[in-house]
Amino acid sequence: MRKKINSQWTTVLVILIFIFLATAPFYMSMFRVSLFGKYICFAIVAIGLDMIWGYTGILSLGHGVYFGLGAYCMAMYLKLEASGGALPDFMTWSGLSELPAFWKPFANPAFALAMVVVVPVILAIIIGYLTFLNRIKGVYFSILSQALAMILSVLLVGSQGYTGGSNGLTNFSTIFGKSLSAPMTKLVLFYVALAALILIFIPCRFLVKRRIGKIFIAIRDGENRVRFTGYNPAKYKVFVYALSAAIAGIAGALYVTQVGIISPNEVGITPSVEMIIWVAVGGKGTLVGPIIGALGVNAMKTAASENFPEVWSYFIGILFVVVILWLPGGLISLKDLPARIKKKFHKQSEQEDNEEIIPMIEEEQIC
Amino acid sequence: METLIMQIFNGFSVSSILLLAALGLAITFGQMGIINMAHGEFIMIGAYTTYVVQNLFRTYLPKNVFDMYCIAALFLSFLVAALFGTVLEKLIIRHLYGKPAESLLVTWGISLILQQLARSIFGAPNVAVDAPSFLENSLKIGTISFSYKRLFILVIAICCLVGVYVLMYRTKYGRNIRGVMQNRDMAAGLGVNTKQVDSLTFSMGCGLAGLAGAALTWIGAIGPTLGTNYIVDAFMSVVVGGAGSILGTVFGSVFIGLGGTTFEYLTDASLGKVLIFVCVIILLQFKPKGIFAISGRALED
Amino acid sequence: MLENNLNEQANDTILQIEDVSIKFGDFKAISNVSTTVNDHEVRFFIGPNGAGKTTILDAICGKNKISNGKIIYRKEYDVSKLKEHIISDMGIGRKFQAPSVFYGITIEENMEMATARRHSLYATTFLKLSKEKRDYMNYVLEFIGLKDKRFHYPTRLSHGEKQWLEIGMILAAKPRLILLDEPVAGMGRKETEKTADLLREMKKECAIVVVEHDMQFAKDVSDSVTVFHEGKVLDEGTMDSVQNNHDVINVYLGRGGDKNA
Repeated sequence: MRKKINSQWTTVLVILIFIFLATAPFYMSMFRVSLFGKYICFAIVAIGLDMIWGYTGILSLGHGVYFGLGAYCMAMYLKLEASGGALPDFMTWSGLSELPAFWKPFANPAFALAMVVVVPVILAIIIGYLTFLNRIKGVYFSILSQALAMILSVLLVGSQGYTGGSNGLTNFSTIFGKSLSAPMTKLVLFYVALAALILIFIPCRFLVKRRIGKIFIAIRDGENRVRFTGYNPAKYKVFVYALSAAIAGIAGALYVTQVGIISPNEVGITPSVEMIIWVAVGGKGTLVGPIIGALGVNAMKTAASENFPEVWSYFIGILFVVVILWLPGGLISLKDLPARIKKKFHKQSEQEDNEEIIPMIEEEQIC
Repeated sequence: METLIMQIFNGFSVSSILLLAALGLAITFGQMGIINMAHGEFIMIGAYTTYVVQNLFRTYLPKNVFDMYCIAALFLSFLVAALFGTVLEKLIIRHLYGKPAESLLVTWGISLILQQLARSIFGAPNVAVDAPSFLENSLKIGTISFSYKRLFILVIAICCLVGVYVLMYRTKYGRNIRGVMQNRDMAAGLGVNTKQVDSLTFSMGCGLAGLAGAALTWIGAIGPTLGTNYIVDAFMSVVVGGAGSILGTVFGSVFIGLGGTTFEYLTDASLGKVLIFVCVIILLQFKPKGIFAISGRALED
Repeated sequence: MLENNLNEQANDTILQIEDVSIKFGDFKAISNVSTTVNDHEVRFFIGPNGAGKTTILDAICGKNKISNGKIIYRKEYDVSKLKEHIISDMGIGRKFQAPSVFYGITIEENMEMATARRHSLYATTFLKLSKEKRDYMNYVLEFIGLKDKRFHYPTRLSHGEKQWLEIGMILAAKPRLILLDEPVAGMGRKETEKTADLLREMKKECAIVVVEHDMQFAKDVSDSVTVFHEGKVLDEGTMDSVQNNHDVINVYLGRGGDKNA
């Protein structure tokens, strides 16, 4: 039946993507491999965003915050490693005489790694409780999430001494003792990112297939009705929101290792909204779609920036408009195009027409 | 004492700009359930229109008439922005009525396009607009000086507010708008051409944004990112005040404007923003739909 | 009223609405309403539009706050203070006017959600329905006639079938009190009759309160009727006795009761 076929499609696609990425170092230059490493980080964020938006209907326009928090935690560790016990360079420039207290524990890699997940999750739980428990309207939440992204961005820029300001944190040298510029390290980091992608995809797919995944969808479709079926939506929303924050944090940490820098540019409103377009283009509510969307859109962005930087803004703006208006199921939904065209030529009972009217919802049931 | 008065004046000045920016937003969101993320770009359009008008006056008209450009600029900013709004509405917005989440994303895309357009036409760097000479200097009361520019903006904001109020509550057209806002089907059933009302209202909202843009040219430099600086605060004003309520928008603008500047004065620019955000969240705990939200069975979601 | 007293002796009181008033701002939607519903009783709330019938239902299931009075469930619990999902868990099922099922998941998944009694994050992630629950769910699916369509999405159902799915979801939770809001609105003659049969079966397990406009349906199925008018109770009793009450005739039935096709 339809669900089984869709499920098979997904598995095939995921395996293909995995093979493509796993073999990349064999046919791509190291430079391009690093780029794909970056795209993989974005794909990880996209999975988390799909969980909250595609499945649960929570439109977060400020996920750059969680991405950024995870990234900065990792970056602080890397910066301290690079400074080798002395004060980091940007702090000296900003006139600090000693390391701020909250920086000190990040010299310990285990602590830093733990914070990569803990900090975003705690913030997400707080924000989640304050908004979901009080049934703040969906779009109000989206607007507030934007404000959150803007605020973090402003805070980071304004605290030059503590955060590197608008330059962010960069100039790292080693990670766990290994040089970051050595090709071997880069290769390992690439595979770590790929492994993270798979290791995050699998549990998310698991969740989506179980009853909790159906509850997410039900919340998206009719939150009030969910209450009258005996479930408290706030609990699930906080959970999935915190989960997506953890995922974004991990993605951020991996990003720093791939790209070597984190700045407020990756944290604010613009990058946060761009994350949404990855999910929308790929196909929200499918888990696979957002991965494809993130890889594809970012690959296009790199290509465009190299050749036509101005065109990119137009392109992504138009992409937003076109995808949301006319391809709400994303690229993944294109595979059903032949079947839908066939249906248009069979005007039978009202029931089949009903099926046409809301096909996207059925499509989203792929995972 | 003087600093206190100056601070309050500053706060109200910021609030008046926010009000101009948010008024149109409140109406489009309250009436049509559309979140227009491109609203900031309509502010930008108004600002650039003023810039162009100023240049035209400077190039083609005698010097003594230059100051009059601001009257022309105010009118044209409204009109040009409203025109852009009408085109946008007919092409795209009307597919999004009642779909706030989709409208949010689509209009974000449009804002990117408009920003890039501005960059392509006017260049990325900021441009400056010279204020008319009668707005130079300040009104001096005792030792406190109130900048004429900011006073002028305050006046414009109040005029707009009064204008919108009169339109909404004292004209037939306004009654139609409110009717559609509260119960679309009923209004349609009573013979109101809802499509036309929507279209004209959206354009009016954009026109108001254009006016806000014109006002902004006199207190700072303008560039393609002008809109993004104000959009978040404008939306917060609407969220706090309650969508669709004019009184709410006034309250929201004052809350964010005065509150924001107060916190900034007490702490610093970045911390100030954090604190006002926290206040908004706290406020929403008690009134999740905004303080003056229109409630009623028709708006149940 | 005598009939109610006899019922009280035979069956438990499920619902007590005591002197309840509900205000929206300045508008008093419900004024000092009191009534009692017993187990295995099918009570209809009838009255003109805007009389407050749905408002009372909303208050019972937690959707509205009441400004005065108490709503007591099973003689013990004051539900006016509780949250919707708690009330639902306690055994009060609510069906809304417009069919509101979840279109993004299959019919079976809808039913599974409703049948499961354990709602913790752990349970919903790792546990599956017990055999006993699964059997009961299948029984309900068969009862509402949707067993063959279990793997379809609710988008493919007719309007009547969607209503029954929603009723099925309510039944799956084994409620003691079911609140139905216009269950046969938009249904044809056959579907209405089937719904009447459903209700007659359902009342063996619980009490049912129905808000309806279809007077024939009310006459066929109800044990007793409460007539609402402008937020107050106008009359209460069997459909026959109420139909003979002059006040009721003037206010409502005299203008011609609604009959569905």
